[in-house]
Amino acid sequence: MTHNPGRRGFLLGGAALGAGALISACTSNEPVAQTSAPAAAPAAAATGGNDAPGEKVVIGFSAPAADHGWIAAIAKNAADAAKQYSDVEFKPVEPTNDINQQISAVESLIQAKVDALVILPNDGQQLNQVARQAMDAGIPVVNLDRVFPDKLSYRTWIGGDNYGMGVAAGHFIGKTLKDKGVTDPVILEIQGIATLPLTQDRSKGFADALKTYGFSVTAQQDAKFTVESGTQVASNLLQAHKKIDAIWNHDDDQGIGVLAAIKEAGRDEFFMVGGAGSANAMRDIQAGNGVLKATVTYSPTMAASAIKLARLIAQGKGMSDLMEQQVPQSITLASETITKDNVEKYLPLGFES
Amino acid sequence: MTEVDQAAPAGPRVKAPGLGGRLGRLGEVRHLGLVAALVLLAIVGLVTRPENFATSSNLVSILALASTIGVITVGMTFVIIGGGIDLSVGALMALASVWATTLATQSYGPVVMIVCALLVGTGAGLLNGILISYGRIVPFIATLAMMVAGRGLAQRMSNQRTQLVRPENSLIVELSTTRVLGLPLLVYVFALVVLIGWVVLNRTTFGRRTYAVGGNPEAARLAGIDVRKHTVMLYALSGLCCGIAAVLIMARTTTGSSTHGDLYELDAIAAVIIGGTLLSGGRGTIIGSILGLLIFTVITNLFILNGLNTADQLVAKGAIIVVAVLLQRRGLKAHT
Repeated sequence: MTHNPGRRGFLLGGAALGAGALISACTSNEPVAQTSAPAAAPAAAATGGNDAPGEKVVIGFSAPAADHGWIAAIAKNAADAAKQYSDVEFKPVEPTNDINQQISAVESLIQAKVDALVILPNDGQQLNQVARQAMDAGIPVVNLDRVFPDKLSYRTWIGGDNYGMGVAAGHFIGKTLKDKGVTDPVILEIQGIATLPLTQDRSKGFADALKTYGFSVTAQQDAKFTVESGTQVASNLLQAHKKIDAIWNHDDDQGIGVLAAIKEAGRDEFFMVGGAGSANAMRDIQAGNGVLKATVTYSPTMAASAIKLARLIAQGKGMSDLMEQQVPQSITLASETITKDNVEKYLPLGFES
Repeated sequence: MTEVDQAAPAGPRVKAPGLGGRLGRLGEVRHLGLVAALVLLAIVGLVTRPENFATSSNLVSILALASTIGVITVGMTFVIIGGGIDLSVGALMALASVWATTLATQSYGPVVMIVCALLVGTGAGLLNGILISYGRIVPFIATLAMMVAGRGLAQRMSNQRTQLVRPENSLIVELSTTRVLGLPLLVYVFALVVLIGWVVLNRTTFGRRTYAVGGNPEAARLAGIDVRKHTVMLYALSGLCCGIAAVLIMARTTTGSSTHGDLYELDAIAAVIIGGTLLSGGRGTIIGSILGLLIFTVITNLFILNGLNTADQLVAKGAIIVVAVLLQRRGLKAHT
């Protein structure tokens, strides 16, 4: 092609970037390992400890293709968690955004007779059938985040709390405005993909929490979870509202675009709250010189936890900190609010967008 | 050479003398329709949101929004007039933005980043053209393949992450934040691309050959035009436009990402069609395409100003495409 001289350099660049991302991702996961180690330590006396090597198990893993920092972090966290254990053989299948392909991928894992499956479905409804097949074949399924409608289709569900995320954002915005004594504030909401149930849950939680302060959302637009769409929607919204008090943006990745639009427009009369908890957003919050003052988590560390749960289930163990002999049926993560005060604690858990 | 140059535009004219003049008038009529549509939208804006719509900052914002896809639309207009189609534009813009924001590229500074984006776009466009001209693959298929592969390569390269333009390269971001006479620099880039595109299409041999190749490739070939080579150049041009658009999107969003330019190909094609360019090639204008694009951008702006959701926007856009094409067909019948 025409750009021969620079091409090798650029390709190397791609490789270097990949390596860089790898390193940063690895370092970002260390604290996860650290926090889990002390948690397991006291329990070691009681039940032999969750992290003590046990019977060797094969864990199959299927997730959508990463077109977003959060999904990329999910795959990475799952692989890293599996690597931690000498008794786990991690068997990921090719990630895909095609329902049909994901179904056959899971079928292939069933045929391979893995000991447990961790599935983040592209769509819970559509993957329900094949998850049920796995369960019927005696393979426990750990359902990650997007839930299967049929409880017979999974052994344990672990995921984030979308409604709770909206509630956390609503409380932060409501309380901050109340403390400032603002009446009748202009509150904007920039959603991800409007048609997804998760988006609707987030918006409902947000509206419900705001209601407790007597506030409501002034305008709402969706930005498809992409940076570019974030810029477009935000620059139009800023035109529509000459004076804004607060913005909740559902997703930190698209938030990069939203913040770019705000900067371009030179507006700073309001504050913004993010969503998900990317490392970028956390660094902005820490710097404290922009409009972004907080973000509410929806942490992809849940993938690491899902692998840990799958291992315990396959080995027939319970969670060493709980009384029960078996892993619980459902675990919902709490959505935490990250502000300048506690950002340091969360920074290592943030995912690179 | 000069003989060929004169022969080229004669190709379509041979059939009906004076058709050129009539087409010119038809073009103006069509543009009038587009301008009328824009005026109508502006009135809707003024009526529904008087305090927001006609403000200078809103108009600047509309232009800035239109710039990225506008540059791509210029390239698309050339390709479609030349009888082809380029489905890979959105993917190529994403790929160029990702390639230009890798750590290694960024280490060479903003100028190299820009050159990189332009080269990646042009290179991929060249490949499109070669596959189509010399590989004899139908444009729809060749560029469809490039669309899929380009997006995939962008994802692989970026490791599916959003790559920020580093602070030391903020020169690129200044394209969006620096204003001259109230307009961000990227609007000037857009205007320059439109101007150059217009001159090339209307005032050069290359432009006349483009109409000839699209109108009747066989006649163009008999008239001595190297149709294959010309086709390769058209796709390379479209690729170059994607590279420029990649620089603009990096400026606006401060990032390179494999998700950039999602469905841009459809928006660009729609704008070109609404603008009166024939999908079968041989006829069309850049001004029409840009007006078509502005109609889309203003609609999005109006919907958000009025707090309506995106679902309704999509319906409105779809309706506009159908209405525009129906009107054009009636216009064509009336004039022939």
